[in-house]
Amino acid sequence: MEVTERYVPESIQDRVLRLVAGVRRIPVEDVTPEKTFEDLGMDSLDKLNLLFEVENEFDVEIDDQEAKQISRVSEMIVGVTQLVEAKEKSSSAT
Amino acid sequence: MSGLHRVVITGLGAITSLGLDAAEFWQSLAAGKSGITPLPTYEQGTIRFKNAASIKGYDRDAHFPDKNVALMDRSAQLALVAAREAVKQSGIEWNDDLRATAAIVTGCCMGGRAVEEVGYWEMYHHGRPRVNPLTIPLSMESAGASHISIEYGIQGPTYTVSTACSSSAHAIGQAFWMVRSGAVPVAICGGSEAPLFFGGLKAWEAMRVVSHDTCRPFSADRTGMVLGEGGAMMVLEPLDAALARGAKPIAEIVGFGMSSDASHMTQPSPEGAARAMKAAMRDGGLTNEQISYVNAHGTATEANDRVESAALRLVFGDYADDGLAISSTKSMHAHTFGAAGAVEAVVTALAIQNSVLPPTINFNQVDPACGLDVVPNEARSRVIDAALSNSFAFGGLNAVLAFKSYR
Repeated sequence: MEVTERYVPESIQDRVLRLVAGVRRIPVEDVTPEKTFEDLGMDSLDKLNLLFEVENEFDVEIDDQEAKQISRVSEMIVGVTQLVEAKEKSSSAT
Repeated sequence: MSGLHRVVITGLGAITSLGLDAAEFWQSLAAGKSGITPLPTYEQGTIRFKNAASIKGYDRDAHFPDKNVALMDRSAQLALVAAREAVKQSGIEWNDDLRATAAIVTGCCMGGRAVEEVGYWEMYHHGRPRVNPLTIPLSMESAGASHISIEYGIQGPTYTVSTACSSSAHAIGQAFWMVRSGAVPVAICGGSEAPLFFGGLKAWEAMRVVSHDTCRPFSADRTGMVLGEGGAMMVLEPLDAALARGAKPIAEIVGFGMSSDASHMTQPSPEGAARAMKAAMRDGGLTNEQISYVNAHGTATEANDRVESAALRLVFGDYADDGLAISSTKSMHAHTFGAAGAVEAVVTALAIQNSVLPPTINFNQVDPACGLDVVPNEARSRVIDAALSNSFAFGGLNAVLAFKSYR
């Protein structure tokens, strides 16, 4: 069995893909990390809804300015991963 | 235009973060002051942005000493405070005929939602079995119009327009048309908004369009809009009637234009905004070069400022970049939503009366996608023959008022 090393834990990726598919109301198979929100036909309001869903799903706060920079699903996955890691670090430190 | 009355403004009232009356408001605008200050802390939670344009020094009990204040939420109070000032300045003397036929048209988009919030919070969190028995009359968007009607005994057409950030521009426009056509002999019109309550602030936070610090319309380094509260009203009447009773016209309203983008709930369209401006100028019989000043909608969001600049170029062509002055006074009094059209109509009328262009403050750097003369940071003397005031709402609903100097 081949084991692949991944920086992004698959569970976070899968959860983000599921949220994108839910907001866009398309099958999850149609959402892949390399796609931009534009590719997926998502406008500013769809992106706003996605940010809300992601913040709720992972219990994180996404900064407005950083949110503006995100245009690709993979960037959302990386960003969420960093926020989740930061949250785990700070909760284990206290 | 035969058969139509010329319509003049004979009284103004304003209560905003820049002053408790129209005179103080104008002094602050001409001095380029900011009304944006830190928000209080809220027991219910935190808010990502820290500043808003709240009214300072407002003494509710001095304005409303009797028990009736229990029937008025803050937005209705602001409507009546501004209406009292406008009516007083107009010097109008009410008689039975006038009371029977005068109109009141107000704009408001959130009404007394702050009252609902407190009641629901107590119910959901503290198990209270009942809410304030006046929750319904307190929270109606139209409460301000009713209170003005009751105060003066005005029994003619009285209603409230709710078109988000264009509400009170639509209200003034409709009042203007009613006075111009002769349908009513006088109108009190304007708007009010009291949006600085926790749930309202959280809703705007979630839109991700609110600046973390201040409002910098048309500046490349802008960071979004700032929320503000306020009330502004004006008295409109036919020129001949105003002169006959010895009133002093402040400015003339000559045109009103409306349009809908019919495209997107939050992304504005240059074509929709341009159609409303053209309609207002056509309604007022104004040419491009007659317009010296446009009080821009200028929210300091990227979407608005770029689209509005494009729309101004669509309407005015080369003159947009060579001769036309625009400014966003939201840089000073912030975005007062349902009151914005009225607050900015008052600004525009006072700019005309004083021959001064109020500035766009906090302007640091030209955004190449905007790039018009925004009267950066300091007011400028200029005789204004005619001016527009733009209001463009979420949902693509646009309203533009056209003014002329009365000399």
